[in-house]
Amino acid sequence: MANKTVLYKIKRQANPTSEPFWEEFEIPYRPGLNVISLFMEVALKPVTRDGKATTPVNYDSNCLEEVCGSCAMLINGRARMACSALVDNLEQPITIEPFSKFPVVRDLQVDRSVLFENLKAVKAWVPIDGTYALGDGPRQLPQVQEQAYQLSQCMSCCCCMESCPQFNEGTGFVGAATIAQARLFNMHPTGKVLKEERLAALMGDGGIQECGYAQNCVEACPKEIPLTKSISDVGGDVMKKAVLDFFRL
Amino acid sequence: MAKTPKIIIVGGGLAGLSAAIKVAEAGGKVELFSLVPVKRSHSVCAQGGINSAKNLKGEGDSPWLHFDDTVYGGDFLANQPAVKQMCEMGPGIIDLLDRMGVPFNRTPEGVLDFRRFGGTLFNRTAFAGATTGQQLLYALDEQVRRYESEGKVKKYEYWEFLSAVLDGKSVCRGICAMDLRSMEVQTFAGDAVIMATGGIGAIFGKSTNSVVCTGSAQGSLYLQGAAYGNGEMIQVHPTCIPGEDKLRLMSESARGEGGRVWVPKTPGDKRTGKQIPENERYYFLEERYPKYGNLVPRDIATRAIHKIVYDQGMGVEGQPMVYLDLSHIDRATLDRKLGGILDIYEKFVGDDPHEVPMKIFPGMHYTMGGLWVDINQQTNIPGLYATGECDYSIHGANRLGANSLLSCIYAGFIAGPHAIKYSEGSDAAGADVEAALAAEKKRQLAKNDALVNNQGDENPFQLWRELGDTMSKNVTVTRYNDRMKETDAKLVELQERYKKVNLSDKSMWSNQSFLFARQMENMLQLARVVTQGAILRDESRGSHYKPDFPERDDERFLKTTKAFYDPANNAPRFEWEEVDISLIKPRPRRYDSK
Repeated sequence: MANKTVLYKIKRQANPTSEPFWEEFEIPYRPGLNVISLFMEVALKPVTRDGKATTPVNYDSNCLEEVCGSCAMLINGRARMACSALVDNLEQPITIEPFSKFPVVRDLQVDRSVLFENLKAVKAWVPIDGTYALGDGPRQLPQVQEQAYQLSQCMSCCCCMESCPQFNEGTGFVGAATIAQARLFNMHPTGKVLKEERLAALMGDGGIQECGYAQNCVEACPKEIPLTKSISDVGGDVMKKAVLDFFRL
Repeated sequence: MAKTPKIIIVGGGLAGLSAAIKVAEAGGKVELFSLVPVKRSHSVCAQGGINSAKNLKGEGDSPWLHFDDTVYGGDFLANQPAVKQMCEMGPGIIDLLDRMGVPFNRTPEGVLDFRRFGGTLFNRTAFAGATTGQQLLYALDEQVRRYESEGKVKKYEYWEFLSAVLDGKSVCRGICAMDLRSMEVQTFAGDAVIMATGGIGAIFGKSTNSVVCTGSAQGSLYLQGAAYGNGEMIQVHPTCIPGEDKLRLMSESARGEGGRVWVPKTPGDKRTGKQIPENERYYFLEERYPKYGNLVPRDIATRAIHKIVYDQGMGVEGQPMVYLDLSHIDRATLDRKLGGILDIYEKFVGDDPHEVPMKIFPGMHYTMGGLWVDINQQTNIPGLYATGECDYSIHGANRLGANSLLSCIYAGFIAGPHAIKYSEGSDAAGADVEAALAAEKKRQLAKNDALVNNQGDENPFQLWRELGDTMSKNVTVTRYNDRMKETDAKLVELQERYKKVNLSDKSMWSNQSFLFARQMENMLQLARVVTQGAILRDESRGSHYKPDFPERDDERFLKTTKAFYDPANNAPRFEWEEVDISLIKPRPRRYDSK
C-alpha cells in the first residue's frame, strides 16, 4: 500500500445550542500518533478531507499522560482518554465524538462539573482540624495503603459515568466515581468521622440504589479502579444505615 | 472589626492550592483562577515523590543536610535563607499531607516509607506509588473543596489570567482575566495577588510539561514590570519517553528503586536490549560516578547521555536513545513502588518495562528561573506574590528530584499568610483602583480586538513549532553563544511574523486557538529573556552548560540574573544581584569522586 494515511471523523458543534455536524480529515500516517496528535495536525492545517477550510478542533486536554483526566471523549464509540488512544490500535476511520451524557460546550469539550458537585455532596475529604503542627498522621499498614491508593487514583475523567446505562437525567444517579470516593474517605482513620453523612448523601433517589449492576463502569475505567466492589461495599453500608435509621425512628 | 482580606490566586496546582488553604484558614476570602479545573493542574504529573528529612530510616538525615544537598545541587545559585527555611518546614509538611489522607507508601510497621532520589545519599523521598504529585494535588484539592463548600473559596475555572491591574504607583490592585467559554474580559479587585502558574515548557515546543504550562502569565507580568530571575536556568530531565505530542516523563524514582542506565558496548548493536548479555553492556553513569551512580543530579545525567549519544555515537540502535533498565527487579516490587509510571510506558510505547529495558532520552522538564521574589515570595511589584515553579527562588541552577513538590507547597504556605499580612497593612485609599481596573480592561479588550481583526497569513501553531524547535535545539543542554544569538534573531523574526497572525477561527465562544495565539505573544517575549540570559552568562553552572566556558566562575557569575522589560527597545534589560551565600560557603560541585 502506497502512501498510508490516517482517516478520522470528528463530531463538531459550535456552541451548546447549535446543531452538531461531522467533519472528515485525512493525514499521512506516521508511527506513534495518538488521537491528540490528530487534533494538533488540524490546528496546523485546518482543512477537511475534501479541501474545505475549517477551524482547529476544541477539546479539553492537559497532561497528555493519562493522569489529569481532561481529554475524555468517545473514540470509536468507547469512552476513553484521547492521549492514550494510539492510532495504531484503532480501527479506521476513527470516529471521535464528545461524551453524550454531559452538556457540550464546543466540539469535544463537555461540562463535567456535576462530578465535582457530587464530591462536595459526599464530603470527599479528610476533615483535618487545621494545617498547624499536630504531629504524625495515623499509622497505616501497607495493605490498607494499597487499597486506598487504588481508589485515590480516580482522575475524575467521568468515563464510568458516560458508560453507565443508569447515569441519565431520569435517575439522577451520582455514578460510580463518587461512590468510590465515598468509600475511600470512609476507609480513612480520620476521614471516617463523616461516614454517616456520606452514606446519608448516597441514600434515596439518585443515590446508590440506582445502580443496575451493568458493570460497564469498571470496564471503562482507565485506571482500573475497583468500582463495582466499591459500589457493593458502600451499598452494604447504606443498607445497614437505612435499617438502623428505621429502628431509630 | 478589620475587613476580610480578599486574596486573588492564579493557578490551582500545589502552590496555588497551598496558598488558598492558608488564606482561607486565616479567615481571608480567596478567589482562585485556573485555566483548567484545579484537579487537572500540571502538579498531577509529578511522579516520584516529595523530599523531607524525616530521618525515618536511621540514617542520621537532617533538614540541614537536605539544605546542603539542595544548595549544592543547585550549584550555589539560590539564596540560601529561603532554601533553609523550606528544608526545615519539610517534615511538618509531610506530616500535614499524611493527616490529609495522602496514601503514602508505608513500611511494614505502618510508618511512612522513603526512597532515594538523585543528588543525595539519603532515603529522603516520601512517595505515593509513582503518582505522588497527583496524590498530593488531590489531597489539597479536597481541602480546598471543603473551603469552597463553606463559602471561603470561590473558584473561577476555565479562566485565563491576562494581566495584573496596577495603580498609578505600580502597586498591584487585582487582575484582568478572560472567561474561556464566553471570552468575556473582566477585572477583579483584590488586596493581594498570588501567582502560581507553573513552568514555561511550551516555549520549548515539546516538553514534559502539561498543555497549560506556556509561561504566558509570567511573560505578561514581565511586560508589566515584574523582574524575572535566572530565566536561563532550564532543567532537561535525563529520562523521558519521546512522543508525537509531548515528551512523557519517566520518573527519577525508576533509578531510585534500582533502575540502571546503559548502552550496548558495541555501537549500533542490532540485538534487542534483552538479548545483550551483562558483560556487553556499558553502565556509563555507574562507571563515571561511582558514589552516586545512576542517581547523579539531572543535569549531570543529561549531559552524560548527550555525550554518549552525540560525541561517542553509542546511542541504542544508532538513535538518540539509551536504555533505562528495571527488568532485573521483581515484578511485585515494581508494581508496588512504580506501578503508575510503568503503566504509562507500556500504554504509550507498547513494551512491558517489567520485561525489557525502556528506551529513553532527555527532554525539557523544569523551569528553575521565574518571577523574582523576596523571602516572603513577594515580587518587585508590591501586592504581587509568586509561588512554586513560576518563581525563581529555591532551585538555583539545577533542581534536585522530589524538591519541586516541596517547594510548591512551601511557597504557598509562605505567600498565603504574607499576602494577608500585606493586605492588612496596605491602604487602597488615595489609589484610584476603579480607574486602574477600567484602564486595564480597556487595554486587554483592545488586544483581543486587534488579534481577532488581524490580517495576514501566519498560523500561530506554525510559529509555535518553529519557536519550540529553535529553543530546544539551541537553548537547552549544550549552549553556544553564536547559536543562541541566531536563536534570538529568530525570535525577533517570529515576533514580526506574529503581527501577521490570521486566525482561522474568529468566533467568540470557547475559542482555544484564539487563546493560544494570545499566549504566544507573551511566550515569545519570555523566550528572549531565557535566551539572552543564557548568552550573557559566560560560565557553566548546574543545568547551564557552555563548552566554551566549561568552568563555574563565581567571581563574575555567582549572581542572580534579573531581567526587566525595556519598552523602548522591546527587549529585556539585565541586572545582576548578589546571591545570599551567608550559610554555606560555595565549594566545587563534583559528583564523580568516590
